[in-house]
Amino acid sequence: MMMQPAPAPAAVAKPAAPALEVSRLTVEFPTRRGVLTAIDDVSLRIEPGEILGVVGESGAGKSITGLAVLGLLEAPGRIAGGEIRVGGRRIDTLGEVELTKVRGREMGAIFQDPMTALNPLFTIGAQLVETIRLHSCLSREGARERALQLLREVGIPAASERLDQYPHQFSGGMRQRVVIALALAAEPGLIIADEPTTALDVSIQAQITALLRRLCDTRNTGIMLVTHDMGVIAETADRVAVMYSGRVIETGRVEDVIHDARHPYTKGLMAAIPSLHERVDRLAQIDGAMPRLNARPDGCAFNPRCPMAGPRCRREKPALTPAGRNAAACFLHQGGTE
Amino acid sequence: MISAEPILSVTHVSKQFDVSAPWLNRVLERKPKLFVNAVNDISFSIPRGSCLSIVGESGCGKSTVARLVTGLNSASSGEIRFGRGSGGRPVRVQMIFQDPHSSLNPRWRVGDIIAEPIREMKLRATEAETHQRVEELLHTVGLAADDMRKYAHEFSGGQRQRISIARALASEPELLVCDEPTSALDVSVQAQILNLMRRLQEEFGLTYLFISHDLSVVRHMSDTIAVMYLGRIVEMAPAEALFRAPQHPYSRLLLGTIPDIHAPRRDRALQAGEPPSPLNPPTGCTFHPRCPIATEHCKRIVPDLQTRAGAQVACLNL
Repeated sequence: MMMQPAPAPAAVAKPAAPALEVSRLTVEFPTRRGVLTAIDDVSLRIEPGEILGVVGESGAGKSITGLAVLGLLEAPGRIAGGEIRVGGRRIDTLGEVELTKVRGREMGAIFQDPMTALNPLFTIGAQLVETIRLHSCLSREGARERALQLLREVGIPAASERLDQYPHQFSGGMRQRVVIALALAAEPGLIIADEPTTALDVSIQAQITALLRRLCDTRNTGIMLVTHDMGVIAETADRVAVMYSGRVIETGRVEDVIHDARHPYTKGLMAAIPSLHERVDRLAQIDGAMPRLNARPDGCAFNPRCPMAGPRCRREKPALTPAGRNAAACFLHQGGTE
Repeated sequence: MISAEPILSVTHVSKQFDVSAPWLNRVLERKPKLFVNAVNDISFSIPRGSCLSIVGESGCGKSTVARLVTGLNSASSGEIRFGRGSGGRPVRVQMIFQDPHSSLNPRWRVGDIIAEPIREMKLRATEAETHQRVEELLHTVGLAADDMRKYAHEFSGGQRQRISIARALASEPELLVCDEPTSALDVSVQAQILNLMRRLQEEFGLTYLFISHDLSVVRHMSDTIAVMYLGRIVEMAPAEALFRAPQHPYSRLLLGTIPDIHAPRRDRALQAGEPPSPLNPPTGCTFHPRCPIATEHCKRIVPDLQTRAGAQVACLNL
């Protein structure tokens, strides 16, 4: 009951601003052998209280997108074009000092490995208090009280004793809950969760995704859930963006993308997941592998693996346009591949 | 293909690991010796030409079983017995590892990696025949003959796993132990490798011991599934039966929590609890602290596997 009113004023103050708006983002990595384009013209939008799943295979650029939003791209990576707006405010043009203030306060991050995200030399309480005080003017006692409240909210039993323990005294699932509490410390409007459940066992994974879902609903937070696991997306996200070789190739509501995929890659991906309900003799497979950054084919990057590819796919890059209830970047829905 | 004599039978096998602190620390800090029962009294057998999978969460001992069967670790007690292979010789066993990046020698050419077992076991008389055999193996796993001259780093993850499979097949094994062979791969590539493994099973009559945490992969591959929890098998059943009607509360929990893209359960009740540390397992049935149907009995008595409705289940309350 106490949680309910909290997000309402924020929502009223900025009624139209999406939690995250990325438009035409391009990320490049200059190397000695030329500039590699890791992210190529990606646009995403997350409303407050919405979970957007970003799914793709390794090398698709989903983690780089998350890092670019957080301003954590490692040199020589750089944003070469496009805009990133968090809660309506443009952040890709901010300097490092300004960005440090936005990061944490307006957007939180949850990474894959909860062991490396926490400092092993400080207690959980010390790390939470530090983060809370950095972003608010609470006293040490006030911050400790708030830390306790956060640990309870993410479902850590016996929170007051756990506050003075070190990360190694926590199990993997509990550590990930602490990382989530840290990300929530400043009540950000946006959370970037990069493979938050990949390092966890299935029974724990379900607990963490349910927690994310609940936080999103009660706090009206927008979450960008980056993962390779379509099952996690199906059970957690509202909308999904499928990435392939640095571009979003299909986006739509989760159930539409799973059951009525329009892009041949998405279709292949869904068919390649072994079913829990029936055993088939042979799984549908997509031959080949995703091209490396330095060996992307011309035109649509999927064309060498695509069963429907035509001459146009080898010449031009398809844009993301409406296809059925989704949007797909494929010439099959744009007047043919000839 | 499936005959009566099992190709592998494991009876009452246990494995203890000594995880004590170093001797001096033990003496100075008066700490006792510390053991982990990684595998605790497990028995199973695999009929020729079939696939037995072991599933469970991390730390349940499934990889230790794979290492015991292949002899990478020796069992503390119990018996591991192999059937007879072709020509009356003992069964040959090979292993496929999870990480295709660290299981291939980066300094060797792929041709040498695959030829090593052939040369080592003197399976071909001349180098020309070995060469021909390597070509044939590369072709079998869907690679080209000129890939022989390349190094492992020139291949993608899926192709590297194909090389691992070719190397495993080089010694003409009857039993392949696969420890999470597709966990490091992407979904579309995973499908390629699983299809390849199924095809090889039919072509060469291979028997698989398949270790995985991914239930959908396990369902696709196996005839029989053994569910492990903290070193013990809690349920062993034909794949179809296990997925249709899991009996042990842990199997039910496991099957109930895997995300399913075709029937997502967004509003399901949260399953509480986490697996306890194997260093300090609960008494009696090790699952009792998380079990919804546990009684006082469960805290004291360790249940044995009992046959029930076509499956073997270790639970006191069914």
